[in-house]
Amino acid sequence: MKRMAALKKSCALLFACLAIAGCVSVPKGFLKIDEKSLEKRQVQMRQYDTTDETQILTATAGVLQDLGFTLESSETKLGFVAASKKSDATNKGQIIWMALLGGANAVAQCDGAQVIKASVITKPGANGKTTVVRVTFQRVVWNQMGQVNRVESINDLDVYQKFYDSLSKAIFLEAQKI
Amino acid sequence: MRNSKKYIGALVVLLSGFFVGGCATPAGKAFEMNESQVKLRSMQTRAFDTTDKQKMMQTVISTMQDLEFVIDKADLTLGSITGTKFLGNAVVTMSVTVRARGEKQLLVRANAQFGLTSVDDPATYQDFFTSLEKAMFLSAQQVD
Repeated sequence: MKRMAALKKSCALLFACLAIAGCVSVPKGFLKIDEKSLEKRQVQMRQYDTTDETQILTATAGVLQDLGFTLESSETKLGFVAASKKSDATNKGQIIWMALLGGANAVAQCDGAQVIKASVITKPGANGKTTVVRVTFQRVVWNQMGQVNRVESINDLDVYQKFYDSLSKAIFLEAQKI
Repeated sequence: MRNSKKYIGALVVLLSGFFVGGCATPAGKAFEMNESQVKLRSMQTRAFDTTDKQKMMQTVISTMQDLEFVIDKADLTLGSITGTKFLGNAVVTMSVTVRARGEKQLLVRANAQFGLTSVDDPATYQDFFTSLEKAMFLSAQQVD
């Protein structure tokens, strides 16, 4: 009788799992602009006192290469450059903790590699005397077994600041925060 | 005992069914349409009273960036823009095409995919076009 009950339970569990896996519903409202978008825009955007968009775009491509990115796609007429970079994402602290807590299996779940994607858009400023640059970064992190651990947008202020510091140097112009 | 045997038998049949189901990868499934073609087109498409394709495309790009998309590809001649957005652990990809409609209008069509599912919710597309409308208005104004 006990076995029966256990069997029933496992059956129920199996169906529950299948049901959950079956319904990946699309959330509503993910194409709505939220309040944070203005804040993010300020972090991602800078304005330069020049109308030479091509010069800015060329400098941007140069900075991305300086940072070890590989250029993937571009469209000069729209002021667009995309690049990506594969790099190590191993965190020694994380590995030590996971090894202590869960052994080899847990270590395999630790971050291993990451691909960072950068996308840059330039366009003329509203007053016609400046060029606006907006860069966005994303990353995909794989674990030690080569499975995707997580995907995320990079919203770290420092990352953007460093990028624009390099860009400002590259075009010998002071970036004006907007 | 007899009952539990029955259960095990049923479970085996059920599981083998899943395995068989798992083996088949019908390519035709990728070409199936859930909504009628006309309905899908109408929810994904809007016309704008402008002929400035470049500006429209730049505005689409800005709007997508505001929506946290990272632009992957763009082509002015073809009028196409593709971007990716991460939503938790899900990946949303969207492509937008801009093309002329007659001599006075531009047609903008957006289609989004959430993970493995095509988005066919009119409200979601409406949200995008509402943002796009606002952005077109914004970029027409002097903002300092």
